Amino acid sequence: MRDDAAWQLDVHPSGDPATLVIALGGRWRIDQHLPAADTLQARLAAPVRRIRFDAGELADWDSGLLTFVSGISKSCAQRDIAVDGSGLPPGAQRLLAMAAAVPEQKLAAREPGPQGALAQVGAATLEFVHGAPRMLGFLGELVLSLLRLVAGRARFRARDLWLEIEEVGPRALPIVSVISFLVGLILAYLGADQLKLVGAQIFIADLVAIGMVREVGALMTGIIIAGRTGAAFAAQLGTMQVNEEIDAYQTLGISAFDFLVLPRVLALMLMVPLLTLYSAFIGMLAGLLVSLTIFDIGVFEYYTETLRALEFKQFAVGLSKGTVYGAIVAFAGCLRGMQCGRSAEAVGHAATSAVVTAILLITIAASIMTVVYYQLGI
Amino acid sequence: MTETAHIEVRDLAMAYGDFIVQRGLDFTVNKGDIFVVMGGNGCGKTTLMRALVGLQRPAAGSVLYSGEDFWNAEAEAQQRLKRRLGILFQGSALWSSLTLAENVALPLAEYTGLAPARVDEIVAFKLALVGLAGFEDFYPAELSGGMKKRAGLARAMALDPDILVIDEPSSGLDPLTARRLDELIMELRDSLGTTIVVVTHELASILSIGNNSIYLDSESHTMIATGHPQDALKNGHPKVRHFLTRGGSA
Repeated sequence: MRDDAAWQLDVHPSGDPATLVIALGGRWRIDQHLPAADTLQARLAAPVRRIRFDAGELADWDSGLLTFVSGISKSCAQRDIAVDGSGLPPGAQRLLAMAAAVPEQKLAAREPGPQGALAQVGAATLEFVHGAPRMLGFLGELVLSLLRLVAGRARFRARDLWLEIEEVGPRALPIVSVISFLVGLILAYLGADQLKLVGAQIFIADLVAIGMVREVGALMTGIIIAGRTGAAFAAQLGTMQVNEEIDAYQTLGISAFDFLVLPRVLALMLMVPLLTLYSAFIGMLAGLLVSLTIFDIGVFEYYTETLRALEFKQFAVGLSKGTVYGAIVAFAGCLRGMQCGRSAEAVGHAATSAVVTAILLITIAASIMTVVYYQLGI
Repeated sequence: MTETAHIEVRDLAMAYGDFIVQRGLDFTVNKGDIFVVMGGNGCGKTTLMRALVGLQRPAAGSVLYSGEDFWNAEAEAQQRLKRRLGILFQGSALWSSLTLAENVALPLAEYTGLAPARVDEIVAFKLALVGLAGFEDFYPAELSGGMKKRAGLARAMALDPDILVIDEPSSGLDPLTARRLDELIMELRDSLGTTIVVVTHELASILSIGNNSIYLDSESHTMIATGHPQDALKNGHPKVRHFLTRGGSA
């Protein structure tokens, strides 16, 4: 319900039937429930050829009035109806003139995105198809950068490499410890539960040792690093894109790949195998704890059985997987970071995308490597 | 223009830890003033702006809006006072996940309870006022720095605030657009009675739009001049004259 002390609107013809007078009175402020401009659409019909605003009774106004008048003026323009705003307050006339001074950018109108589920699936497919060459291009750049490193021509600061090594290695130990311990615990419990049925609890040591060293250590480390470090890489490089830091490298003729991507890739390829070994060790400790406390297996028995189970090839498989997973995480993190758009939202998207890409590629690589090693009898 | 105190700053000091950025700031911004905060790089202009708009608690002193002490007010009162302020940040600070229209519409939707159609009309008008009609559906990342600045001003004006605080309005703008923005600032003051605090280095803006000012000195860490910028240029402190003439006279 309208407060009578607030806005007043009276629309009436003047002496000339072609002229409509819009009389405005009271308070026309933005925080009031003002009428919309299109409420007068029906009155802007023939024989009206001209409207005139009369603000003689206007007490107070702000953008509420301006928006109303602007809306009516647009409707009049569409109908070739002349608008006489000389009856408006001078300030309002000037502000309305300023708003009309720069014409609307028709070319700026956006085309709507794909509508409907099928169109969206198509758009996503096209995006993937178009994204694949970019991913391959990035891989090619990375290989060239590694070749420059081998040839001693890659330019980056050793200090950056050490900083990355510290960041991705030692600083990741707490989270790797916790996760690996818990996974080792689960593995031991799960195995022991089944082995107990045939009185073979002692083989918990074999199960945990081979499982952690060969597969689980590398896989868990890869996933942890994807979430922790891959996302950080994408966010760091993405923010550099937003701040035009990467453009600055390029304009100076410095390879952003060598300077930014290479230290990160090297750091992860060096550190993830070591973290994998560490993860396996912590997992085996968890297995020992379960064996000692639940299944009454002695420390010496567990230790001997673990040594018997582990061969060099188990370590070779685990370390090779760790290296590949490290490279994948670095690749995904740096790829998404370098492809990042120039907004805060794009940085968030890059970080998410880096984790998803890394985990997907790790899963694919794990499957392929498992099959290959099995076929090779390793 | 009525000479009514709108913002009063009393013995204000701002610090980062033990480092005092500015101290002993004492000035009044009258209703309808275009008040310019001047000073060299690193003198604390933006820090002062943050203290004025409730983003950074001062180390000492008070900021009064129409006599109400902002920093000693209850949270609810602070919120009410904040609603009277419109702020344009130096980097525009547009929300990157929202379109320009959504950026301007958000304060309206949050605080006015207006119907969406009315909000859309107001948004379109505000964007037109800053010369961005037709860019409603664009995201900030798709705009130039100058366009972002103007969109930031449209957002700052969304609620027709009593007080507009503007940090470096002309940075990144071409001279004609900067001039147009200056005209808009003056028009907002003249037509709507908005009190405007401008933090700027732009000499043309300082001298053409400001009717009151302070100069913050980075060496003495306090204000060394206050008054009309034109007076400061003619008869002010030598450092201020040096600043306003780009080192031409000291």
